[in-house]
Amino acid sequence: MRTYLAKRLLLIIPTLFGVAAVVFLIMRVIPGDVTLLILGGDQTGRIDPQQLAAMRHQLGLDQPLAVQFGTWLWGVLRLDFGTSLWTGQPVIEEVLTRLPLSLEVAILATIVSVLLAIPLGMLAAVRQDTWVDYVIRIASIGGQAIPSFWVGILVILFLVIYFGWGPPLEYTPPWVDPWANFQQLVWPVLTVGYRYAAVTTRMTRSTVLEVLREDYIRTAWAKGLRERAVVIRHALKNAMLPVITLVGTEFAFLIGGLVVTETVFTLNGVGRFVVDAVAHRDYPVVQALVFLIALCFVIVNLLIDLTYAWFDPRIRYH
Amino acid sequence: MSIDSSLIGSAPATAPLAPRLTWIEQLSTFVRAKPLGAAGAFIIVVLLLVALLAPVLAPYDPYAPDYGAQFSRPGAEHWLGTDEFGRDVLSRIMYGARIALFVGFAASFAGCSIGAGLGVVSAYCGGTVDLLMERLMDILLAFPQLILALAVASILGPAVPNVVIAVTVPIIPRAARVVRATALSIKENQYVEAARGLGASHVRVVRQHLVPNVLAPYLIILTAQLGTAILAEAALSYLGLGAAEPTPSWGLMLSGSAPAYAEKAPWIGLFPGIAISLAVFGFSLFGDSLRDALDPKLRGK
Repeated sequence: MRTYLAKRLLLIIPTLFGVAAVVFLIMRVIPGDVTLLILGGDQTGRIDPQQLAAMRHQLGLDQPLAVQFGTWLWGVLRLDFGTSLWTGQPVIEEVLTRLPLSLEVAILATIVSVLLAIPLGMLAAVRQDTWVDYVIRIASIGGQAIPSFWVGILVILFLVIYFGWGPPLEYTPPWVDPWANFQQLVWPVLTVGYRYAAVTTRMTRSTVLEVLREDYIRTAWAKGLRERAVVIRHALKNAMLPVITLVGTEFAFLIGGLVVTETVFTLNGVGRFVVDAVAHRDYPVVQALVFLIALCFVIVNLLIDLTYAWFDPRIRYH
Repeated sequence: MSIDSSLIGSAPATAPLAPRLTWIEQLSTFVRAKPLGAAGAFIIVVLLLVALLAPVLAPYDPYAPDYGAQFSRPGAEHWLGTDEFGRDVLSRIMYGARIALFVGFAASFAGCSIGAGLGVVSAYCGGTVDLLMERLMDILLAFPQLILALAVASILGPAVPNVVIAVTVPIIPRAARVVRATALSIKENQYVEAARGLGASHVRVVRQHLVPNVLAPYLIILTAQLGTAILAEAALSYLGLGAAEPTPSWGLMLSGSAPAYAEKAPWIGLFPGIAISLAVFGFSLFGDSLRDALDPKLRGK
């Protein structure tokens, strides 16, 4: 296990280097001048060249590409992403103040989705091609088809029309006022969680289906075991490993869900920060957030892989 | 990998004397074998027709504001009501189908084709090329799909062709990974070796043996990505990074005005969402059935 751990940790370094390089390239190499976009200029060319030069200098864009890349990497290493063009505050501080909210929504949404998805996905697999399976499949495919932001809008329409409710203006942390916090976050959590659940249900179903076709399941049936014993003790246990992995891979859906859901509910979290930064043409923030989100994604996947290896010794020697 | 004969409805190869089925019989076989897939295919056909015939079907000009008819309730005049500029919601949804389907098809086709190409080349070359390509794809996969699209769109600026590019980029590594895995196992077959031994060039081997055999995973990932691409377009437009006003894009129709007029005109926020969900639902149902049919491991019974 220790060798495996060391190997995986070492492998993460080139990946993160690559991630930093890709973020850098997206921001520099794609045609389109960031400074022009920031200054709001267009093809009319009515932009003060001096202002342009000053902005280029401020962003360090007047330096050679290699130097720029070096500066960016050095900043990444020290988690120093410069200052926001919009607020003038260090980017990392801006992120840290918004992190608790997003983290809370993310964790609660994951719990909601796992509690829904695993029993439903298993049921659909065990009753494959019956009406139970069809209902669960339609619900989960439908859940994936409905965009999170629209669910958010529907929830708001419903709450506004029937309860005269408006989205909260300021986030109340759970340690300050748990009830107010719950009221603020219950709808966003359900909005993100249901879609996440739809994805996970579908994957749980296909994983359990695959496991149910294994030889040892046939043996279990042949031994005359009851369905409960076959499904719970034999199938579910072995299907859980891939399910753990998919909860990790679906983390991407969670992030996407957070970005739009926080925007719909006007929650001041990291997801909405991304959207705001793009709207404000706040490129240091966009660059930093895209990198940090990818970093989280890489770390979550590493943790998932490690859990997997912990449960299934064969992987460590692969 | 063979295609489930019930899906295409042709007679199985082992029974060459089976009577030829008319297309109606073929269709009914498909509907009975895959009711969900057939429902999905039906939704897709309807959407395509609406998109193609939008100028004929739409009762109003989707762009023309009518300040006398702002916030009209759904009724005989405007079936789905009007928005804050008095524009007919139904007509805008019909024209919106063009944008959703265009971005959906263009992005998933481009993304899957580029990805599949890279996957096949990577698997066939092996060695350093494969290793480098794999690392690059791993790195691209480290970005959640929407975040990568958002980053690309933020640099390109809001416009429909830019959305296609932004939605295409994250699809490439996903398609490459799936196709490469299949191509790797195909490459090990003896007939590939035999073809090389007979003096076939690399290009010929790839074209004659690898490409036809990775068609199944290519189609699976293509249909799976169609729905995702439509959703991504809607999300980008909703966030203000997709099509710009006054383009009738479904996501854009939901942004800004929809929640603001929740009490006054809830239909503005209702119908475009139904359109998005229905479209994605159709593609997912169809894609799922196709996967079940093409992937023998998951085939029932």
